[in-house]
Amino acid sequence: MYTSKDRALRAINKPSEYGPDLDISQYSREAKVWEACLLSNLPKDILERALSVGVTADEKERAATYFQIDHSLIFKAIQNAFENKIEVMSIKEALSKYDWLKEYWWKTVEVDKDKYTAIAEIALDQGYFIRILEDQKVILPLQACLFISTDNLNQNVHNIIIAEPGSEAQIITGCTLHPTVQRGLHVGITEFYVKRDAKLTFTMIHNWAQKFDSRPRSGAIIEDNGVFVSNYVCFKPLKSLQAYPVAYCVGKNARVRFNSIVYGLGDSYIDVGSKIVLQNEGCRGEIISRAIARDRAQIYARGFLLSEHGDTKAHLECRGLLLSNGAMIHAIPELVAKVQGAELTHEAAIGKISEEQVQYLMARGFSRSEAEALIVRGFMDVSILGLPKDLEKTIQGMIDAVALGAL
Amino acid sequence: MTDNILEIHDLSVEVSGKRVLNGVNLRIPEGEVHVLFGPNGSGKSSLVMSLLGFPAYKIVSGRIFFKGKDITDLPTDERVKMGISVAFQHPPAIRGVKLGQILRHLTPDEKRIIDLLNKVKFPQSFLERDVNLGFSGGEIKKSEILQVLAHGGDFIILDEPDSGVDVENLRILGTVINETLRNRSALIITHLGVILQYIDAKLAHVLMNGTIVCSGLPTKILGQILNEGYAWCEKCIQARIERCEL
Repeated sequence: MYTSKDRALRAINKPSEYGPDLDISQYSREAKVWEACLLSNLPKDILERALSVGVTADEKERAATYFQIDHSLIFKAIQNAFENKIEVMSIKEALSKYDWLKEYWWKTVEVDKDKYTAIAEIALDQGYFIRILEDQKVILPLQACLFISTDNLNQNVHNIIIAEPGSEAQIITGCTLHPTVQRGLHVGITEFYVKRDAKLTFTMIHNWAQKFDSRPRSGAIIEDNGVFVSNYVCFKPLKSLQAYPVAYCVGKNARVRFNSIVYGLGDSYIDVGSKIVLQNEGCRGEIISRAIARDRAQIYARGFLLSEHGDTKAHLECRGLLLSNGAMIHAIPELVAKVQGAELTHEAAIGKISEEQVQYLMARGFSRSEAEALIVRGFMDVSILGLPKDLEKTIQGMIDAVALGAL
Repeated sequence: MTDNILEIHDLSVEVSGKRVLNGVNLRIPEGEVHVLFGPNGSGKSSLVMSLLGFPAYKIVSGRIFFKGKDITDLPTDERVKMGISVAFQHPPAIRGVKLGQILRHLTPDEKRIIDLLNKVKFPQSFLERDVNLGFSGGEIKKSEILQVLAHGGDFIILDEPDSGVDVENLRILGTVINETLRNRSALIITHLGVILQYIDAKLAHVLMNGTIVCSGLPTKILGQILNEGYAWCEKCIQARIERCEL
């Protein structure tokens, strides 16, 4: 029987099914080792960038924090009030601490899926392990930051998140880099396990640079009555991004919702999608995608609903807004039902800013540019993410500052 | 000119090369409410869009004066800032743009917004609703009146405020509109004139084929239209043509 390592070695040159093929050898694996320190002791420019992806140095606002720079874990902490309710540690520490963790290793994502999953296994740098203990309701969000401070670095992380039965939590993960970093490759494997009656909301915010490549790979397993909400937000230019997370609703009445808001600028090549597999009775799924493309950005917005059980329902909604003639949005919704009784629906629409809407708002006293900004902001309405109000406000603020500044 | 809040001089307008208004002349003195009748497709809504300066409505000839100033070439938002408030017949739904955002732009006074919501019997939750998205016919009319009230312009245009509204909502809207129009100038566009039960209009005009063909007492004109339909207007036009009055 092949080990994960064996399978990874065999797949190390295997291109991804989607997105531009990258030569992994062009990126550097060398990075300085960062000493552990308090978040407040980090340089101001790092903290500012972290804040731009929702990661705050004010630990009182978060139940727990994990902060990694390049390949080094520099900070992890759990607020006193949440001790014995959650576990947060580096993935390497967790793997050595818990022998059972291997049962969760490469179970939702195939290690030999492509060269990016392969490199994450062969050259694992770090990553986090977060576990919400049984029946614990964590009222404050947990946060993790995966930061790159070295130009042209290849950072490979593997994260595992387990929401034990009856638990509830919100996790925000911000991936970003130092303002001086232009190039690089981030490979992030994230495996989610949402157990019986658990509810997990995961929000990932990316803020990369114009020559940077990103290849997240995620998978989730949702058990009986479990609820998994996955939010993805990316609103800064980058060279290429390709991700196609998949959620398997294995338990009865398991529910999953993927929301994504992607704002493509400059020469960004973005290929993002979500896939839901409904495998038991009462399973429900929803994919809500918002894509905005301007300048010369190319966006592929994919969605895939697969039903393998009769009593299942899922809906896919993909909306695109094209702000420049040189940009492109390609919506690719796919529905596959393998049994009778499954209800799968989709709606996809791509358009420009509606002149009728602009004029309506101008008739309310907004200038043309204010009206257009309001419509774009509305298109990226973060209330679709279903987040707590303060987190929602934070993300809306980021979108307002970054995306609308370009209008 | 200064006694009239609105003056339209010989206004002809085209949309995509098709003439929709043809030599419209209209004067509305300060403090008066006028009514505009007309069959479907006669150009009533086109007149509203032209008054607002929507780019698709190209002015071929004529001028529009508001408060004595020529606004013919002003952009929409500047006309609105001068005091023109409009309730549209078919406003677009805008995903993600909340009714509350628009109201707060029109007035920064939060207490006033709450008072206005109560006035039109809207729950506060409507502030967080995407404007016009999933609104019923009655809710759209209330939302439009609410925005007009929040703006508080000196000249109010209501485009078919009574169409598609049930009896209960019509009573609420009629009462609010009546209150709003006191000491204000307005142009009320109506197809069937139901809203006239609630407002005290000074003069009515009939628009046919993009031209105002007659003006007179609102009750008298409405009575004729209700009795004989707009065919009466056509007969009237014919008679006036024969008398060389047109």
